[in-house]
Amino acid sequence: MSLRSETGPYFGDFGGRFVPEPLIAALDELTEAWELAKADPEFLAELDELNRNYIGRPSLITEVPRFAEHAGGARIILKREDLNHTGSHKINNVLGQAILTKRIGKTRIIAETGAGQHGVATATAAALFGMECVIYMGEVDTERQALNVARMRLLGAEVVSVKTGSRTLKDANNDALRDWVTNVETTNYIFGTVAGPHPFPSLVRDLQKIIGEEARQQVLDLTGKLPDAVAACVGGGSNAIGIFHAFLDDSAVGLYGFEAAGDGADTPRHAATITKGRPGVLHGARSMLLQDEDGQTIESHSISAGLDYPGVGPEHSWLASIGRASYRPITDAQAMDAFRLLSRTEGIIPAIESSHALAGALELGKELGPDAVILVNLSGRGDKDMETAGRYFHLIDENAVQS
Amino acid sequence: MSAHHSATTASPVEAAIAATKTSGAGALIGYLPVGFPDLQTSIDAAIALAENGVDVIELGLPYSDPVMDGPVIQEATEVARAAGFRLRDGFTAVRAITERTDVPIVLMTYWNPVMQYGVERFADDLVAAGGAGLITPDLIPDEAAEWLAASERTGLDRVFLAAPTSSDERLRQAVEVCRGFVYAVSTMGITGARQDVDSAARTLVARLRDAGATSACVGLGISTAEQVAEVLEYADGAIVGSALVKALADGGVSGVARVAAALAEGTRRTK
Repeated sequence: MSLRSETGPYFGDFGGRFVPEPLIAALDELTEAWELAKADPEFLAELDELNRNYIGRPSLITEVPRFAEHAGGARIILKREDLNHTGSHKINNVLGQAILTKRIGKTRIIAETGAGQHGVATATAAALFGMECVIYMGEVDTERQALNVARMRLLGAEVVSVKTGSRTLKDANNDALRDWVTNVETTNYIFGTVAGPHPFPSLVRDLQKIIGEEARQQVLDLTGKLPDAVAACVGGGSNAIGIFHAFLDDSAVGLYGFEAAGDGADTPRHAATITKGRPGVLHGARSMLLQDEDGQTIESHSISAGLDYPGVGPEHSWLASIGRASYRPITDAQAMDAFRLLSRTEGIIPAIESSHALAGALELGKELGPDAVILVNLSGRGDKDMETAGRYFHLIDENAVQS
Repeated sequence: MSAHHSATTASPVEAAIAATKTSGAGALIGYLPVGFPDLQTSIDAAIALAENGVDVIELGLPYSDPVMDGPVIQEATEVARAAGFRLRDGFTAVRAITERTDVPIVLMTYWNPVMQYGVERFADDLVAAGGAGLITPDLIPDEAAEWLAASERTGLDRVFLAAPTSSDERLRQAVEVCRGFVYAVSTMGITGARQDVDSAARTLVARLRDAGATSACVGLGISTAEQVAEVLEYADGAIVGSALVKALADGGVSGVARVAAALAEGTRRTK
């Protein structure tokens, strides 16, 4: 049976709907609307038009030989989601869900965001469709991603700085859910990743799988064969599912998700959910989770705001459980080395999130040898990360006087 | 055994709620979180509820990601967690309170802590401590097979939520599986005091009656005796949380006792 045919609510033992009853009607409405939309030529045509003429799809693939010299000589090919309008893969999902919002007659959209990429994409869609937009973002993240906060506000969105809990992505998620419970009559929740209650894991996956569908054909066209390995970073897991999905039934293609290991997966400060977590419920789905003995969520840590999440999408937990995909930890230091290496060898500044996949590809290349072809999802660009990188690499002259 | 078969029920919670309708207008259900501001004070405060007219005690287990809770309860449960709350403190509290009062206690908990503790083990330990059942705000009956089995085996009450947005079919399902009472969510939103308790609550309870409910209690937004009285015109019980938590935070055990007694005035009025 095809691994590509899973539609939820369950992926093996994972998934489901662990949410308060008041949200069930809205989730049912979205599920039904999505089932109708994805079979509706009018919806597909509208999405296709936006993909081509607004996002800039299909995104390129770029082979990076100077970077690959550091990966045991394997061929490394990047899927350039960083070149999408708004700078990451997040826009693929958001535009689809914005059209869906219009179809179900709602006028206000809300979203959670970590690094701000999903928030910027959602604010962009709100501007494009003339919708009211509120973005929930943890206070820690509004500080480390101040530029993205400014972008969202410029686009007309209200940004709510969430001050509860760990003041990061999971708490932004909680407040977005609270808003949704309260305003569900007028409001659609544009979920940013393949986590959450059904239908979000399969809905967001369906809107992101275009990444892998394009890349599979592009790699075939370039090399005449499928890649040996596909690499992606995993926070909630939307860019990873997006590039994995087209390859799920290509059993010779290895699928590798790279989780944020922060200071190290064996230290208390990491976000390596599949590597170090165990099954539990967070934000509406049963999946792998970083939690203590009592089931209290443990705060995650990563230099990358977009991967700083203690949960992960249920389809990833399932792919890990059946051994179809492997998940490995990448530390902050490894990711930042890869961030600098791609910048210096190829003139491409990646998002710190995507740098985890690049660091993973460096490892994979050495393991698989010089004949291997590795496809890496470059899920976003690094403009938003310049302040973090500037501090990390001491690139900003503290004493400089601006004239 | 479910909430629409009250004549045959063995549920102490349903019995306690039913008894209030002969002596007054209906039941007052009071919520406080375990461990706020510390374990012993939370126990003393719960007993103060029982001594001041609260008919059923709802004890919340502090959790890291309480998506149904507003700012007052979020802050209180964060205080409890920062002070070192452990899940087992919930059973300690239930045991200590039941030693000093006959008022039945239900725990209110998000689902992951129960899942991690082990559903069967949790049920057994709750029975051993003298607890009556569980309110599960983020567990819908569709996902509750394990809990339905454990509560069936142990006889614990199980309280699921019903919402204004729930379909008639889902309301029937809620009435069918709930035991003790059905938790009717008064308004679309999270916990916290509100000026007006939504008229949606009246409609929802009427729909629950049509679905066969004999024990339906209304929660979210209730903070005054007048609101309690208003809700008890059509519901079997009124659930108050944030107003009591705020009283405990501001005035300690004596403060929460005063507010509970004032709220209980709302159960005495008849029209």
